[in-house]
Amino acid sequence: MNWFVATFSSTIGRKVMMSITGLFLIIFLVGHVSGNFLLFKNDGGQAFNEYALFMTTNPIVKILSIITYVAILGHVAVSIILQIHNRKARPVNYAVANPSANSPWNSRNMGILGTFILIFIVIHMQNFWYQMQFGEMPMVNYGDGVEYKNLYLIVAEAFSVWWYVAIYVFSMIMLGIHLSHGFQSAFQTLGINHKKYTPFIKKLGLAFSILVPAAFASIPIYMFFL
Amino acid sequence: MKLKLKIWRQKNTQDKGNFKAYDVDDISPDMSFLEMIDVLNEQLETKGEEPVHFDHDCREGICGMCSMHINGRPHGPQQGVTTCQLHMRSFSDGDTITIEPWRAQGFPVLRDLMVDRSAFDRIIQAGGYVSVNTGGTPDANEIPIPKSIADEAFNAATCIGCGACVAACKNASASLFVSAKISQLALLPQGQVERKERAEKMIAQMDAEGFGACTNTGACSAECPKGISLSNIARMNREFLTAKASSDNA
Repeated sequence: MNWFVATFSSTIGRKVMMSITGLFLIIFLVGHVSGNFLLFKNDGGQAFNEYALFMTTNPIVKILSIITYVAILGHVAVSIILQIHNRKARPVNYAVANPSANSPWNSRNMGILGTFILIFIVIHMQNFWYQMQFGEMPMVNYGDGVEYKNLYLIVAEAFSVWWYVAIYVFSMIMLGIHLSHGFQSAFQTLGINHKKYTPFIKKLGLAFSILVPAAFASIPIYMFFL
Repeated sequence: MKLKLKIWRQKNTQDKGNFKAYDVDDISPDMSFLEMIDVLNEQLETKGEEPVHFDHDCREGICGMCSMHINGRPHGPQQGVTTCQLHMRSFSDGDTITIEPWRAQGFPVLRDLMVDRSAFDRIIQAGGYVSVNTGGTPDANEIPIPKSIADEAFNAATCIGCGACVAACKNASASLFVSAKISQLALLPQGQVERKERAEKMIAQMDAEGFGACTNTGACSAECPKGISLSNIARMNREFLTAKASSDNA
């Protein structure tokens, strides 16, 4: 086998792929949530709609979005391959197991948490991304001669439905728990473990896993009560 | 102490196996867990039944032979001990104790509580050694090694290969064991010659034996009787990636 293929077919190589795609998606989350903050702007959605047009037409954003899709699909696909391998590694389960005595819950349930996040991504893409790209969109004009797709209206409508807000907030809690293990675990997998910076990475990971999902969740909650 | 035991009984590798319940009486809290099993086995032998087969050797906590998954944890409820160093005072009178063998694809059950851990031997054979030319005895301290590095190598070298890390891991991953064995040599000057080849071969063997991948739950280190640190796993991953990127094995 080619050395490159062999590297990424090994258990460590696969975990490295999980780590790299995961870290890329962490960066993506920062970008996504920053854009979402435009929804807080009290201008009837003008800034957000202008931003949406830029995000759907800019060629660099296009490339970044393709990398993001590859990262999401890669993260999911490799996790399934790893999960199958890991199940095979213990064909007979223990009759009595007490895993909470030696490891935190989130670290053992990344797959379940990730499944919730994946389901959310599908719903989320259907509601906003698919609608924006292929659906029939209401148009709006801000007097600059450009017809903008009024994504703000679609978002505002979605966030006025209580159960949609509830699904959103629940999914962000799942994301937070997923990140509370994944963030620091990604560095450990890459071999980045040192007394100088591992304590910082762990604290940063915890702060990130609370603040970023909370920032995402704050928007539907704010718009629901608006 | 009076105890109820639920013990995994399996005649051989082919047998399906099942749990059997036993009662033991007059157990002293000062007995070790293995001595408690000895008492049970004497009872069984007097009755003409097959005693419970289990691995043990030194009974001093240093050989790594005794295994046993006790009440859902490798080596039982105490941290940092092997089963032989677990005493019955860790349990209460009237307790029901469930005892199972290590469960892993890489550790097939031979009989009752005995598993075959030769997968670990094959991992060591794949690269866990240094090639040393024979000749005169080298002078002491001929190779200078800083104390902190020596300490770290020795800490990794305290791994007794018991397999509790595999038993505890939800993926039955051997990462902690393999990382300790890679680390103890990678840290020292004597280990440099075969450094890259070692990482590549030992990790390839680890995968070939059917052990799972590392999810960084930390269960291995928490259950390790020698407290081997997770930083060894990070080092193993560094060694692996460096070797893959730069070894001669194209």
